[in-house]
Amino acid sequence: MTADETRAALASTFGVEVASAPMMSVTVSPDRWEELGRFAQESLGCRFFSFLTAVDWKEQGLEVVAQVNNVDDNIALMLKTRLGPGVTTCSSLTPVYRGANWMERECFDMFGIRFENHPDLRRILLEDTWEGHPLLKSYAVDTPHPPYR
Amino acid sequence: MALDPPVPVVPAPIWRNFKDLQEWEQLHKTRPEGDKHSALFESITEGIHSFPGGFVVTTAADAFLNWARKSSVWPVTFGLACCAIEMMATFCSRFDVERLGMVPWASPRHSDLMIVSGTVTIKMAPMLLRIYDQMPDPKWAVSMGSCANSGGPFRHGYHVVKGVDRVIPVDVYVPGCPPPPESLLNGLLLLQDQIAHFKKTGRKAPPNPKVD
Amino acid sequence: MLDVNNTTRVEMDWSGPERLQMNMGPQHPSAHGVFRAILGLQGETVVDVDAVIGYLHRCHEKLSETLTYAQYPSIASKTDYVAAMTSEFAYVLAAEEIGKFEVPKRAQYLRVIVAELQRIASHLLWLGTWCMDMGGALGGGATIFLYCIREREDILDLFESLVGARLLYGFFQVGGVRYDIPDGWAEQCRSTIDRINSRIDEYEQMLEDNAFFLARTKGVGVVSRELAQDVGISGPLLRGSGINWDLRRAVPYSSYQDFDFRVPVETDGDCYARYRVRMAEFRQAISITRQALDKLPEGPISSRPALKSVAQIRIPKGEAYARVEGPRGEVGTYMISDGSAKPYRMKWRGASFSNLAILPHIIPGHKVADVVAIMGSVDPVFGEVDR
Repeated sequence: MTADETRAALASTFGVEVASAPMMSVTVSPDRWEELGRFAQESLGCRFFSFLTAVDWKEQGLEVVAQVNNVDDNIALMLKTRLGPGVTTCSSLTPVYRGANWMERECFDMFGIRFENHPDLRRILLEDTWEGHPLLKSYAVDTPHPPYR
Repeated sequence: MALDPPVPVVPAPIWRNFKDLQEWEQLHKTRPEGDKHSALFESITEGIHSFPGGFVVTTAADAFLNWARKSSVWPVTFGLACCAIEMMATFCSRFDVERLGMVPWASPRHSDLMIVSGTVTIKMAPMLLRIYDQMPDPKWAVSMGSCANSGGPFRHGYHVVKGVDRVIPVDVYVPGCPPPPESLLNGLLLLQDQIAHFKKTGRKAPPNPKVD
Repeated sequence: MLDVNNTTRVEMDWSGPERLQMNMGPQHPSAHGVFRAILGLQGETVVDVDAVIGYLHRCHEKLSETLTYAQYPSIASKTDYVAAMTSEFAYVLAAEEIGKFEVPKRAQYLRVIVAELQRIASHLLWLGTWCMDMGGALGGGATIFLYCIREREDILDLFESLVGARLLYGFFQVGGVRYDIPDGWAEQCRSTIDRINSRIDEYEQMLEDNAFFLARTKGVGVVSRELAQDVGISGPLLRGSGINWDLRRAVPYSSYQDFDFRVPVETDGDCYARYRVRMAEFRQAISITRQALDKLPEGPISSRPALKSVAQIRIPKGEAYARVEGPRGEVGTYMISDGSAKPYRMKWRGASFSNLAILPHIIPGHKVADVVAIMGSVDPVFGEVDR
């Protein structure tokens, strides 16, 4: 499957425009997020899961970004979804890609996004007792945390 | 009739009555009846020291004990971050700290020195304190690298402890990011000098102006 | 509390279904850093693993939003501190991709040289620590470790004469590299890699003739093709599972297309396959370094003008995902710029983070002693796992 075929398949299935610069990326609505992941894995052959993260766009809400690769045909595809202002729930990619498990836990830890259907959603880098989600733009980098400062 | 094979009968571990290991350690730390042996030893040394001419014996004993201590400082292999790689290099082929009598040892229970090599985070600080508590007295700590000294380049981070001296007492600070093995070696030599000026058993001397 | 009069006896049945929770770490000499694994044991067999990470979370991603493009590369080297050169590489590549910076050919070649030397140094440290973890069966425990550190010191000498630092460099800058090679460095480099090349044969002989080594690595920690892609492990682990995926070949960056090299692939997916891949990578890295030294063009080493302030580099709005093939796999930065002197958001895709996520999938079913062998073959660096 070439890059053009991938683009065409995505456009016909999801009815959205596929950006090609600076990288091939597709943005869908949050309710089709898991479907997009499944389509990428099963139909597009993007079986290699690279990473999943989120971006805090302040008042425009959070965006979830994931990258998957087709290692046989050398295609990198960026999957994106905008959760909208104030929304902190998203469907999980863990049933599709097992690698999303830790990445989504990190996302929950850093952004407070609750991934539905995630088997084991708890903090991964910070302790369970930590307050706040550090990578949100509203969180100051030097927020004090007792008792060690 | 059927014969049952003998079942091994082992005594119940006493610590199973404890909620967790911390409670068990707490018992050992508090010692309700007091530390009898150390107190006895200390009173004997005090007695000899105050006896006319007795100070010769105690200072000679101090000198001998300090020589023994400084020649066998065993650091616990406690690597935290980048500096741990340089610490490993210091223990290895080229720099070879073992010639100073320092053998990296994997158990804190048998070690005298903790080289805090790297960034101490808020999640790691209780573990670090616990490992330090597990080491027997007399014990020393060397803070290696900017992160352990003050937080270093990560000082402004939300998850970083701004210096390991907020968690445990530190004897020698080694600057650098990361300090090269020569630096750490110098720090360890300073520590040995400091140990050589210890007074009496188990008590730390005030900092020596010559080495600080 | 303590009850000294407790005289109850328990009868222990060692074959039953009882589970024992064993805590490994965070201070464990073979954990390669601060890692805690809570192992559920049944007898001597591990049945489940809960990995606890984050003991070295140093807020890299948040700090990158407060540091400028001129400041951050030297902090970036502290993510994967065993391979600091490739960590900086990923950061500057992302910034250059958004800003459309031109990198001079000589700088690209110098980047390749240091990245490959770093790969050799990193694999040497991996080989030494891994063999030491697997213990006295390998001819005296620390033998290979001391040998490998001896070779690694030679490479660090090269870096020290190039940059002035031994471990964390700050060699890269947006638009090029910071230092040119000093006189006589190329000859010193050639003789060093020749020496290392001959010694790798020695290690291979030493290890592969050792029955204990083979018994502890062959068939241990098998990762299938599907699992490897699904979890997203990369680098030697992925190639050890039979997938031919090397970013230097697939998405050539920094003139890697100019060099002739082979991507080693093994199909078994066990610890031994990963070992074979890394040993082959040693030789490929040495070969690439030689070619780059031979072809090193003349010219400037950076397109960036001298800076008067750290906030002088500005990059237009945009986003990019730049990835490089580090010694541990795909090191990537997903960077979003808002046109100021600092990134709006930067995601660090550490290779070790994804590689470590494979542990709960492959450890169950192995003996406790194999946990150490598997962890060593994954080769995690916790600066990169926790970031």
